[in-house]
Amino acid sequence: MSVLTIHSLWKSFGDNVVLRGVDLEVSQHEVVSLIGASGSGKSTLLRCVNLLETPDDGTIHLDGEEITDPRADVDAVRKRFGTVFQAFNLFPHMTVMDNITLAPRQVHRVGRAQAEQEAHDLLRRFGLADKAGAYPDRLSGGQQQRVAIIRALATKPRVMLLDEVTSALDPMLVVEVLAIIRELKESGMTMILTTHEMSFCRDISDTVCFLDGGVLLEKGPPEKIFTEPEHERTRAFLSSVLESGRF
Amino acid sequence: MTAGPVWVKSDRQRERERILASQGRRTTSIATASTILFVALAGVVVINSPGWPRVRDTFFDPEMFLRAAPAVAEGFLVNIKIFLIAEPLILAVGLVVALIRGTRSPALFPVRALATLYVDTFRGVPTLLVILMVGFGLPALKLQGVPADLTTLGVIALTLSYGAYVAEVFRSGIESIHPSQVAAARSLGLSHGKTLRFVVLPQAARRVVVPLLNDFVSLQKDTALVSTIGLVEALRQAQIITSQTFNYTPYLVASLLFILLTIPLARYTDHLAARARRRQGS
Repeated sequence: MSVLTIHSLWKSFGDNVVLRGVDLEVSQHEVVSLIGASGSGKSTLLRCVNLLETPDDGTIHLDGEEITDPRADVDAVRKRFGTVFQAFNLFPHMTVMDNITLAPRQVHRVGRAQAEQEAHDLLRRFGLADKAGAYPDRLSGGQQQRVAIIRALATKPRVMLLDEVTSALDPMLVVEVLAIIRELKESGMTMILTTHEMSFCRDISDTVCFLDGGVLLEKGPPEKIFTEPEHERTRAFLSSVLESGRF
Repeated sequence: MTAGPVWVKSDRQRERERILASQGRRTTSIATASTILFVALAGVVVINSPGWPRVRDTFFDPEMFLRAAPAVAEGFLVNIKIFLIAEPLILAVGLVVALIRGTRSPALFPVRALATLYVDTFRGVPTLLVILMVGFGLPALKLQGVPADLTTLGVIALTLSYGAYVAEVFRSGIESIHPSQVAAARSLGLSHGKTLRFVVLPQAARRVVVPLLNDFVSLQKDTALVSTIGLVEALRQAQIITSQTFNYTPYLVASLLFILLTIPLARYTDHLAARARRRQGS
């Protein structure tokens, strides 16, 4: 049974057509990676899924319910996604604890004591127990991104959407963020992520999708995509990644 | 402590620090000498200029100064009172108008249009004109419930005029918050209203403190405009004494009082701005 079904999704910004009829199905516990050059539509696809962008055409179903229906309750839909951004987007005027408990308390109506208890458990689990009272600007990039992941997790999302979550980090810090995502996969979290970290992508994904110019050109298990891709474009992309030393 | 090499200051570095210190002393003494020379020269020129005795008697008459000071200072309490009542009202009006202009609900379109009209109107009309219209025009309507008290009318006029400016300050603060902050809040499921309340406004408030204080420095001065509708405050009191004696020292008294009030606020504003710059740099 699929959690998320994207059917024939189109999106353009002015004359720039970014998504050209994308189809994608995501099952429970599945980890789907979107790879492709910058501007291929990966991030836009994620932003369409949690309705930060309104698609021009096509449908998205979450647990069988169409969320692209104009009458759908946008806030109720977003409650079920946990989104993590490339630039962390933590709230700078709040402590780590307040960043994490804001949505549970204000959206999910969890009491303060319980929300803080759950936040503490998450912080401990990901090695940030001593940072609860810190403000984001006192944390390293890797710590900020881990807090951002915890903030998304705290709402107990159905699906996690991770948009280039390691792109703004230096290599030492990438490792600690990737470790969290691995742990999430082991816990059975359904995830869609965009990434430039190919070896990580190969390691963690159940399905890899290659996007090219807004078209989902090729899709399959990582072993197949990375060793015997069908399309010339996929091969060209992967060899340029290899050349840039990012594999 | 971490192990490793221990720093022993080199002779070269000691020599450098000695040169820097002596350069610093030189700079200070040059600045002091040049300031003393400049002030002395300016004093000599002013005092020896042909009109100086008349200027001194008209603006710097110590006897007049002491005679006028109590009355003008008493009038100045009215300025402070107007300022203290108007300031929170202006903040409230400004914030409400800014929030209304930021709404998107179609049902609120008329209110939104009204808020825009208000800001356009009262930013365009000179404050003095607003004070005259409210101070003379409102009571002339002879409507029930219109206050007759001049202080109240002055506060209403200043609030109307400054509320429009402050609304724009708030609005620019709200718009300066990066869209990624809103995206993060909305994708957590927060509604538009809660995003505004918990994420946008607290950050915007910090950014508008300095421009707001600037507006309040200006408001402190503009309380004197209320004298035009007959309220006896510092400026009016000075005017009354001056018209009796043809000596302008009372104006100097009033000016000094205004300066004494605005300088602390202005310095505090500078201090906050400098601190914000340091924080952004760190």
